[in-house]
Amino acid sequence: MAVIAGVATTDYPHHPELTELGVHAIAADRALADAGLSWDEVDGYASAGFFPMHAVQLCEYFGLNPKYLDETNTGGSSFEVLVEHAAHAVDRGHAEVVLITYGSVQLSQMGRRLGTGGSGPPPVGPAAADAVWGNTLVGNYALAAARHQHDYGTTSEQLAEIAVTMRDHASVNPLAQYRDPITIEDVMSSRLVADPLHMLDCCVISDGGAACVVTSNERARDLRKSPAHILGAAHALTHHLNISQMPDINVTAAAQCGPLALERAGVSLADVDVLQVYDSFTITVLLTLEDLGFCGKGEGGAFVEGGRLRWDGPLPTNTDGGGLSACHPGMRGMFLIVEAVRQLRGEGTARHVANAEVALVHGTGGMLSTGATLVLGSHAP
Amino acid sequence: MTTLPEGAKPRVAPIPDAESAPFWSGTLEGKLLVQECSVCGRRQLYGRSLCTNCHSSALTWIEASGRGTIYSRTIIRQNPSRSFKHLIPFVVALIDLDDGPRMMSNVVGTPAEEVNIGDRVRVTFEPVSDAAALPLFELDR
Repeated sequence: MAVIAGVATTDYPHHPELTELGVHAIAADRALADAGLSWDEVDGYASAGFFPMHAVQLCEYFGLNPKYLDETNTGGSSFEVLVEHAAHAVDRGHAEVVLITYGSVQLSQMGRRLGTGGSGPPPVGPAAADAVWGNTLVGNYALAAARHQHDYGTTSEQLAEIAVTMRDHASVNPLAQYRDPITIEDVMSSRLVADPLHMLDCCVISDGGAACVVTSNERARDLRKSPAHILGAAHALTHHLNISQMPDINVTAAAQCGPLALERAGVSLADVDVLQVYDSFTITVLLTLEDLGFCGKGEGGAFVEGGRLRWDGPLPTNTDGGGLSACHPGMRGMFLIVEAVRQLRGEGTARHVANAEVALVHGTGGMLSTGATLVLGSHAP
Repeated sequence: MTTLPEGAKPRVAPIPDAESAPFWSGTLEGKLLVQECSVCGRRQLYGRSLCTNCHSSALTWIEASGRGTIYSRTIIRQNPSRSFKHLIPFVVALIDLDDGPRMMSNVVGTPAEEVNIGDRVRVTFEPVSDAAALPLFELDR
């Protein structure tokens, strides 16, 4: 049974002095040190980036010659998938120490246009279906939010509460990009970017890197820290980048892979002590909570009210401040894993949840397109 | 075509390929085409070489009525693209065509705030290149 033996982030959210590859290097070095492993022991490598042969490039840059390599790209959920694959490789003995890294300097390189200003894919073939209407990344998620509000009466105030909770968590994370507490009214009075989503319903845009090391439970026994056991994993998709092709805009891939990962782990939702979910937008969190099964479809708005996602509430979620406030360097999936492992070890980044034994991690990628779930535990099954 | 504001660029024009050429050719004739499977009857957009339901390759293009209902809509208030900035605020909508598939488009001709989910719409075409006109929609009142 494979485990995560080391995790790390860089000192996000600003890395103007670094290249993207340099961010990877810092995250990698710290994750190996966290595990108590050396570069010489790495025999597997995985990463996801925007160009083909990305992981090959990183191996050349690092000076690695691994016997296991993976660069599966499912967008923001990639790193949950890479951990799932790495666990299989370790379980089969194809690799013993798999290093998985992420790095980005998108803030320093591109500024804040991402999300509303990216040129998008060329309008040829399937991509032309959604690419010629002036829609934006935010606009895609706004279409989901608008339909959820229409079907279920979900309010913008309920969505805002998610952003308020993440900011509270970020307020005690010294690395977080935004730390000043906000109120529901602050979210509601921030400018609309794509109705009904306001600026504060949207994730921040950051530089940053993160990494983890997957190895066997046996190998982890004499390493520095207690490992997080990979109890279960699964991934799914509903469509590529055209949200017009999503079968039901209010049902994400989490509805498929969440229950499957829990079943594989032999864990129920009631066992989950801490939750780390992709929060590209407030609506992403709400849909994910419903699809994972924490509440029924359409009940997400009422579910998040009253601080339920707060670190001291019944379902502590995104305890480092999430992508909404702490950092969002493009594909944030690795940061979810890092924070989950830290919580299981009793060393949460910002808001520590006492005695957390089971963490559920769910990444979302593309335009609500893909999902990947990891169930992690502080004890072997 | 109307004159563009200073600094603005024309709307993004689709680039037809082998599978989408019939659709975009249709727009030049004022027709909104959808692909229909001759085996199972499923209608789909965008054009493909097989049916997403039964995976048959027996597909034909048929003319849709051009009418539909808004499934969801957002108002874009930030898009720095020179092709779209001057149009802000504008509506991006998902439209369920009466003839089957769902498609994305803009709803034009009405102030953005007055366009709602459930509204009936009908197609109108805006030429953007020698190869395509954009199938935009207006409220069908």
